[in-house]
Amino acid sequence: MNRQGRPTGPSVSTGDTAGATWTGNKALALDEKLLFELDGWGRTGVDLPDDGLDADCLGGLNRNKPIGLPGLSEPQAVRHYTRLSRKNYAIDMGLFPLGSCTMKHNPRLNEKIAGLAGFADIHPLQPVSTVQGALEVMEQLAYWLTTLTGMPGVALSPKAGAHGELCGLMVIRAALEARGDARSRVLVPESAHGTNPATAALCGYTVDSIPATPAGRVDVDAMVAKLGPDVAALMLTNPNTCGLFESDIIEIAEKVHAAGAFFYCDGANFNAIVGKVRPGDLGIDAMHINLHKTFSTPHGGGGPGAGPVVFSDALMPFIPPAYVVREGLDLRLVEDVPHAQVGRMTAFHGQMGMFVRALTYMLSHGGDGLRQVAEDAVLNANYIRESLKDVMTPSFDGPCMHEALFDDRFLKDTGVSTLDFAKALIDEGYHPMTMYFPLVVHGAMLVEPTETESKESLDDFIGAMRSLALAAKAGDTERFASAPRFAPVGRLDETRAARTPILTWQEPEPKAAAE
Amino acid sequence: MSDVRYTKDHEWIRLEGGVGVVGITDYAQNALGDVVYVEVPEAGKALTAGGEAGVIESVKAASEIYSPVSGEVVEGNAGLDGDPALVNSSPTGDGWIFKVKLSNPDEVGKLMTEAEYQAFVDGLD
Repeated sequence: MNRQGRPTGPSVSTGDTAGATWTGNKALALDEKLLFELDGWGRTGVDLPDDGLDADCLGGLNRNKPIGLPGLSEPQAVRHYTRLSRKNYAIDMGLFPLGSCTMKHNPRLNEKIAGLAGFADIHPLQPVSTVQGALEVMEQLAYWLTTLTGMPGVALSPKAGAHGELCGLMVIRAALEARGDARSRVLVPESAHGTNPATAALCGYTVDSIPATPAGRVDVDAMVAKLGPDVAALMLTNPNTCGLFESDIIEIAEKVHAAGAFFYCDGANFNAIVGKVRPGDLGIDAMHINLHKTFSTPHGGGGPGAGPVVFSDALMPFIPPAYVVREGLDLRLVEDVPHAQVGRMTAFHGQMGMFVRALTYMLSHGGDGLRQVAEDAVLNANYIRESLKDVMTPSFDGPCMHEALFDDRFLKDTGVSTLDFAKALIDEGYHPMTMYFPLVVHGAMLVEPTETESKESLDDFIGAMRSLALAAKAGDTERFASAPRFAPVGRLDETRAARTPILTWQEPEPKAAAE
Repeated sequence: MSDVRYTKDHEWIRLEGGVGVVGITDYAQNALGDVVYVEVPEAGKALTAGGEAGVIESVKAASEIYSPVSGEVVEGNAGLDGDPALVNSSPTGDGWIFKVKLSNPDEVGKLMTEAEYQAFVDGLD
């Protein structure tokens, strides 16, 4: 097999050569070739009729050598991707403790509703009279989002969290410019998601970092010291990336507003407070909501995300189209607003498929169910934190919110790093937790179980984590240095992959082909 | 004798006449892990003390490089483009990041000496 682009480390990770098979497979653990190695050149899964075009119709711009794509029959293609999928880890296989990502279960009801023809088979260019049901989903979704956040307006169209941030900051900039006071700086806590400073920079602001207190929260005095007439906004995540509620948030909002600035909240962690706290009551002016986290389909379910932004009264006049308005019994999509300060953020109206799934999730849970989502998410995270605090080192005093943050103090002098620990967790059958983020603690391990895990599932995970922590302290470094030992590939050379990536198929050397 | 000073953000600056050579410290490269990319400032870029001068990316994280002093970039280390690992192998030698013409040499006095920086780092663990 061509090894180009494959790890050079201890790649035959299952070790045991005594039981080697002729195929290299181990029953259902199949050694899958690359698509290009399936060697189906010239084969095709579909019969296309001869196009009947003469060779000159491209004016001499015809391709003059083969395109270089392998040809596969349909069963070959299906088997290839099915086999690859069996090597993958997925939320449907087990607990996915990836902190800051809210990897919750995808209710199958969502898919049933999203697959209805009235949602799945419509097109954005259809006459609005034929898509009234879809528009009503958008109207109802907007109602739920504004109700849950206590904020009067919403832009549904942004297509992901970072896109929502961009929308929010563009609207803030438009509001400031409208009062003739564009300002130049945005304040961002040092524990923020990296997209926050990136968004501010993209909107033309310089970014000023605010330090955290030893308790893992925004240092209010340091923030006040940095406030000034040139500050456009504070961007704050609440609960923050340390998994903590910003307990001074009301005071923070008052100081920000007193300085004439706006208060942007990164709503990525809304799952921990949905149904419990309304961001509008905290003095927030704009907040994006990751539909694909709080309202299921984490990471877009492998597909698109959606990042609607809710706005306070002060920012309402600047909300970008498209949005739905009701005229009697009819709904209309407003796509063009003359002289709008912020134009549309996307073609068309946003991620319809995500709107349907999010609204399905909301309606199937109800207000009380959503409140319980937040309560159980926080309960589960605290259960993990409390169950592991005697063998690992939580970075801050509890209780935490939706995620438990540990640092690497418990690994001090063991020779095991956070990276090794995460790799060993792969051998235990888990996707690793978020590591080395947030940057404010050393060797961070950020664990977010979400509310959808049962106590039995949490206990299994805690057992695996305890076992690894105790093994590290007992000096069993071999379990870590060679991890992952049982994954389809061993420890990847991440440095070489980043420095000298090979991104295209490389023809094997003739020598290798003659094997 | 060359005079090397340090910042709390783990940059060093070595003065050679009116020009300072800037890089990150051995402690910083060790904490970052394998460096995979360095965004080096271009000649002519104006810098302020404590302001962002570039970005360094490792397998763990991307971090800003802050300028220890105010001034104008004279030269960025082009060698880091092809071989960012120089920051790991030689953080205070071939892995230097940029050279800056100081606009306010007095700022150097506010930076830490080697002994002060060593004590600062010892207090971090």
